[in-house]
Amino acid sequence: MINQVNSNSTTRADISEVSIKLKTAVGIGLIGLFILLLALLNVQLPYKTSWLAVALLSIIMGVVLYANEMYLNRPAGIKNDGLWFKSLTSRGMLGWSMGILLTSFYIVIYWYPQYLGLDEKNGNSGIVAFFDPFSKLLNGHAASQWFVYGTLYTVAILSFGYKFILKYRHNKYQIVRTISVMFFQLAFAFLIPEILSKLHPEKAYFAKDLKNMWPLNYYFFEDWHLKNLLDGGNLGMFMLLFGIAMIFIISPILTYFYGKRWYCSWVCGCGGLAETAGDSFRHLSDKSEKAWKFERWSIHLVLVFVFITTVAVIYSFLGSNPSYSIITRNTFAYIVSIFLAIVIGTLYFFKRKNMDKDAVYTMVSLGVVMLSVLLLNHFSGKENIFFFESYQLRSWYGFAIGAAFSGVIGVGFYPLLGSRVWCRFGCPMAAILGLQQRLFSKFRITTNGGQCISCGNCSNACEMGIDVRAYAQKGENIVRSSCVGCGICSAVCPRGVLKLENGKEEGRINSDAVLLGNDVDLLNILKQKK
Amino acid sequence: MNHIVIIGNGIAGVTAARHIRKISAHKITIVSAEADYFFSRTALMYVYMGHMKFEHTQPYENNFWSKNKIDLIKDFVSHVDVENKRLHLSVGETIRYDSLIIATGSKPNKFGWPGQDLDGVTGLYHKQDLEYIEKYTLGCKRAVVVGGGLIGIELTEMLMSRNIPVTFLVREKSFWDMVLPQGESEMINRHILEHGIDLKLETGLKEILADENGRAKAVVTDKGETIACGIVGLTAGVSPNIDFLKGSGIEIARGVKVNRFLETNIKNIYAIGDCAEQHEGIGNRRPIEAVWYTGRMMGETVARNICGIPMKYNPGNWFNSAKFFDIEYQTYGWVWATPKENEEQFYWEHASKNICIRIAFEKYSRLFLGVNVFGIRVRHEIFDRILTDKRTVDYVIDNFDKVNFDPEFSTTYNNEIKDAFNQFIHTAKLIQL
Repeated sequence: MINQVNSNSTTRADISEVSIKLKTAVGIGLIGLFILLLALLNVQLPYKTSWLAVALLSIIMGVVLYANEMYLNRPAGIKNDGLWFKSLTSRGMLGWSMGILLTSFYIVIYWYPQYLGLDEKNGNSGIVAFFDPFSKLLNGHAASQWFVYGTLYTVAILSFGYKFILKYRHNKYQIVRTISVMFFQLAFAFLIPEILSKLHPEKAYFAKDLKNMWPLNYYFFEDWHLKNLLDGGNLGMFMLLFGIAMIFIISPILTYFYGKRWYCSWVCGCGGLAETAGDSFRHLSDKSEKAWKFERWSIHLVLVFVFITTVAVIYSFLGSNPSYSIITRNTFAYIVSIFLAIVIGTLYFFKRKNMDKDAVYTMVSLGVVMLSVLLLNHFSGKENIFFFESYQLRSWYGFAIGAAFSGVIGVGFYPLLGSRVWCRFGCPMAAILGLQQRLFSKFRITTNGGQCISCGNCSNACEMGIDVRAYAQKGENIVRSSCVGCGICSAVCPRGVLKLENGKEEGRINSDAVLLGNDVDLLNILKQKK
Repeated sequence: MNHIVIIGNGIAGVTAARHIRKISAHKITIVSAEADYFFSRTALMYVYMGHMKFEHTQPYENNFWSKNKIDLIKDFVSHVDVENKRLHLSVGETIRYDSLIIATGSKPNKFGWPGQDLDGVTGLYHKQDLEYIEKYTLGCKRAVVVGGGLIGIELTEMLMSRNIPVTFLVREKSFWDMVLPQGESEMINRHILEHGIDLKLETGLKEILADENGRAKAVVTDKGETIACGIVGLTAGVSPNIDFLKGSGIEIARGVKVNRFLETNIKNIYAIGDCAEQHEGIGNRRPIEAVWYTGRMMGETVARNICGIPMKYNPGNWFNSAKFFDIEYQTYGWVWATPKENEEQFYWEHASKNICIRIAFEKYSRLFLGVNVFGIRVRHEIFDRILTDKRTVDYVIDNFDKVNFDPEFSTTYNNEIKDAFNQFIHTAKLIQL
């Protein structure tokens, strides 16, 4: 029986044919991009709507055909062959070129949108104009560079999401999670906000993406945005209240039960792009201890930065817009001080055992400094609660963090530093959720007794640069603030060692775990020895 | 403070070094000719396949060793002078030791096949083998892999990842059938074919033919077939890598003979890992166990013995795991390829997917003896407890939902397995408990 099958299986199924199909797929995708390039170069294409549809569909079709050819004609399983050989995915020439292209694209979109054809006075040209009909259809306005960006972003998540699903089609966690990020991008980030703004054409802009909460959306509490929300009728008021509920109620509850993954790898748009289009670059994250140290400083500094910026902005808003204000400056200063004191006090009194000494030290001293500055300035009647003009703080934040870090470096450097640079080193939302995940959550990655062979597939696949193996080979649970719960470490493990779980908080952090194997309680022996 | 020298920087030697460091301040030196730093041997395949780079197989950062005061010497030990407690190295000067741990692992078996030492013929064990394979697969049109075990199928998977067609010669009736029962073994046969491999069962190697440059150009099977190929993988098992100990006075047989304290016949010399041979097998285990996990466990044990806290090597319940292309395999306890007289085996296989489970138990007492799972992940900790607590097969079936370790949302087959088990008990006319 077996020998009969043999004759057909002496070579791998049609290698050359497959590669022609792959080439065709890439070709179709590139034609789509080429049409967009023509539009960018201000070529006046007739029937803009149809050409745009052709361009976007070609891109999607290209990726879909590519994924089909790549994955569907072979058995389901881990597909990482050649990952570190291919130029694109191993920081080769293609990787560098793509990094530079993406970075340039982000620089233009943030600071020189006129090069893309944005012209609010005389009407758009170039690629922005190319998207005008589609934009009018959805939201009733001419397109902006952000509409172009949002559309392409959504196309990327949808098409590469499809590819990701095929790649991990043997793993239901991956399938469900990817459908979730695709849905939240398409509906919550893209369609619903556009349609809502079409329904309320007279209202000034305010954020309508329900899932994009502060501090990821750093302008949520800026004066202009607060004004627009408050002037925005029922919808504005709803967005304001829901936004606040997200921060203080919904997100802490979900993070308690499921860890930060409910947001970072299931809902968030930045995470969505990283998980889909960025999947091919996940292994490029730096796994060294040095990088981890840097990460802990940088992400928490961004958190402090966004916190003081926001407090300063609200403080000055309350001073200059008494008519909009529900609370006075005085009340606000007290609320913020008490909030800060409670958060840091709780962490210090209940959780300091779970934190490194230097982290506790830094946290407490930063807290004391922030509190004293805040109260000092408040009581001396200064306009600026943190010394600097609030508009200056927020323009620095917007430039350095909102644009340069999250966009230019965050996505532009995908092929060089991995897909989660922003999420790991910069995102203040991830910092808050991470702190909670580390200290108040049921989520952990459980390791399976003694089955680890230290191969390193888990660490290699970790987009957040966690050295997963360091825990697995000791039989320790992985409870790290940065873990976004993507589950790829578990998927690529050849020995079934890792499982993402929500369970009892007790014993969740088990840094003195003992590997199964020897029939003796090594732990007791070690303890006696100590 | 004694000087403890460890020959070999694999999992056994390195675990010993780490655990000695945990509980003592002895001077520790590791000598290895293979690599600068400890790496995971089992991950070599992923380097060739491009999943990882070689440095990713190193579980500790390079400064780990100096930070923990573990000295590393890259050299080959040519001779052990047990009288003067000295190691003679190929390149460097001699090293004096107070205690010596031999952890030199294995080397691939060769059974005297004609042509087995030709260019382009390789095993898969050392880092150097990988470099060799890399060199000889360049432009290779076909590969032949000989030997139907874990390393053979890994080498096959590696070569296929580079689009090199592979002929896989397996001497046995079915893949790895001295370990795997028929159901599992045949599932793996089918999976091997599904991956487009030319699997030739019940076919052995007769000889390897050379071209004019002394490079392997074809193999001749014992069925008389000649298969042209650019590289030949010999993966018919491994044996202890201890040639350098001949004549040293250290007692060797197939491996280095050790007692339960992992001591050799010479005081202060120990042997651990693949190269150690127990005087008699512990429980159902073989005297030589070339498995990652036992290497690690012996390392943990020898560290305590050297640090004056005597402890017998006492491996607990048997476990192992592997991956055959896309199919993960875990086993706990003992499941023999052919059940012993007092044993019964329950087997369930998914109708279309590569998923199956086999549970071995005692026919009359229903004592659970062991389990093979393919395509289902289970919890080590729970099966370990079940074995220690001597639970029945019925307990295992009833609690199968608790042992699952698959990713969230995975389809589980607890009910199917339970139904199949009840059916099995019924038809096998065993007592319904």
